[in-house]
Amino acid sequence: MLKYVLKRLGYILVTLWVIVTCTFFMMKNLPGTPFDAERFSIMTPQQQERVLEMYGLNDSLPMQYVKYIKNMLKGDLGTSFTYVNQDVSKVITGRLGPSALIGIQAVLIGLAIGLILGILAAWKHNSGIDYFTMILAVLGVSVPNFVAAALLQYYIGLKWGVLPVGFWTGWNCSVLPSIALSFSATAMVARFMRTEMLDVLDQDYIITARAKGLSQMKVLMRHAVRNSILPVVTILGPIVVNLMTGSLAVENIFSIPGIGSLFVDCIKANDYPVIMGITIFYAAFYMLIVLLVDLAYSLIDPRIRLAKGKES
Amino acid sequence: MDKSKIDRSMYQKAKVEASEKEHIAAPASTMLADAWIRLKKNKAAVVALFILVAIILLAIFAPIFSKYSFRDTDYNNVYGLPSAAHIFGADQFGRDLWVRTWMGTRISLMIALVAAILDLVVGVLYGAVSALFGGKVDAVMQRIIEVLVGIPSLIIVILFLMAFPAGVGTIIAALSITGWVNMARLVRAEILKLKNQEFVLASQVLGTSKFNIIMKDLIPNTVSVIVINVMFTIPSAIFTEAFLSFIGIGLAEPQASLGVLINGGYQVLRMYPHVLVFPAIVIVLIMVCFSILGDGLRDALDPQMRK
Repeated sequence: MLKYVLKRLGYILVTLWVIVTCTFFMMKNLPGTPFDAERFSIMTPQQQERVLEMYGLNDSLPMQYVKYIKNMLKGDLGTSFTYVNQDVSKVITGRLGPSALIGIQAVLIGLAIGLILGILAAWKHNSGIDYFTMILAVLGVSVPNFVAAALLQYYIGLKWGVLPVGFWTGWNCSVLPSIALSFSATAMVARFMRTEMLDVLDQDYIITARAKGLSQMKVLMRHAVRNSILPVVTILGPIVVNLMTGSLAVENIFSIPGIGSLFVDCIKANDYPVIMGITIFYAAFYMLIVLLVDLAYSLIDPRIRLAKGKES
Repeated sequence: MDKSKIDRSMYQKAKVEASEKEHIAAPASTMLADAWIRLKKNKAAVVALFILVAIILLAIFAPIFSKYSFRDTDYNNVYGLPSAAHIFGADQFGRDLWVRTWMGTRISLMIALVAAILDLVVGVLYGAVSALFGGKVDAVMQRIIEVLVGIPSLIIVILFLMAFPAGVGTIIAALSITGWVNMARLVRAEILKLKNQEFVLASQVLGTSKFNIIMKDLIPNTVSVIVINVMFTIPSAIFTEAFLSFIGIGLAEPQASLGVLINGGYQVLRMYPHVLVFPAIVIVLIMVCFSILGDGLRDALDPQMRK
């Protein structure tokens, strides 16, 4: 177990290093500096030197790379170009709260509604609720999240006017974006749960449970749901990826001061240090989630052996 | 009942030709033909297939047969509502949205096609080579995959779009970096599973060449995995392009991808909802149809998986 975790952590580090190196050299090859060319040219050489040094741009490229890696290991990701004099790590952590709030809420909404729909759909197989769930599952993964978010904002936020849109003053501003973000998660969970439940309901032990006279409710809760709910853990990885992607668009649409909107803003403003910082953050976060999901699953379900993980 | 009509002569032993006994009356059916028969029974999948064909035909022919071009402006018809002349209305420069929507669909479908081909060529080859050669080759190739899998693909695509001029080519190139990884893993797992099965051993014992074993025994048995995976690659490629264009780092005006159009429509959603609605409907239709067809194909190609 420990060996497996260490091996996975090793891969994560190698992958991160590849990402950091690729993005670093890609960014350095891009045109543009953080400075206004006109104002920069009227500075004295000493001033130019001073400004370049502040952003660490006066070294040779390999030196800059070594310095960047060194500083990164100390948790220093450099200075932002657009947010003057601010550390990249400060800029990013400052934006973490809103993103985490709507992300967690979206996962919770997705899990709650998805699980209920999935269980009902499998229990009443081929009934109205089953078809409803399947249609919802297809729509949930097919309707692009930015379309869903735009429509929600327009109809519920503007026409109906019950929830605020377009600013960030407190929790009630996070409701609509969380709902918009949760659609794909709901669809994925509902669909997965339904398939799992149908599988479990086919098993012999369900027939045994029914034959020995357990009430429907007990069969459902004690035997069917308990056994089919575990594998849902495995799709948490893809769900988190979906949420990360979704947050880029949803945060922009609802003007949420989170990581997603920061990322898009910095891309448009060519703020390379922040872009790199967020890239590293996203990649590390994603890989840690996947690792945690794998570990959690092996703990919950003893039939899964991690040592065999590489075969799949 | 009239008993008198039944007489013994009606009950005679049928003659059975020894040669007829082993005769198979129905023509031999290939796996794909079987799958096609099963797919035809799935009404939702057939409808999805028809809608997709209609969308593809419209994307190819609608811009050709329209008298407008996707970049012609008409300032007398800014945000014109849908009418007989402009079926989907017009946008902020009075450009015909009917033509622009189908031009956008063209771009989306083109990206989807290239993504699918890349998936097929690179993914299948990588997976097959890795599984068949085994040993050190497999180990090295798997380590590379292991690193690539960890990279969130959207981030690579975004970085790529920053480093190179935004355009269809760049988006396709970006998608091709990580797009094939999943396919390679699936194909490798499938071939590893098949490689040691009895029918492959039987082929070997009968002296079939290695090449024929790959082409006749291994590839046909992985077709279902490959087809199904391609059907899920396509909508995700379409989504990625639309998504990038929507947040403003994919394609840009005057090119008309569905994402660009939806972004334009979103800006004026309050006043002119028609600008958003039509491209949004088209992209949702494409995604829904591909995903229903994908499900249908999965059931058709792999009946045991059916739920």
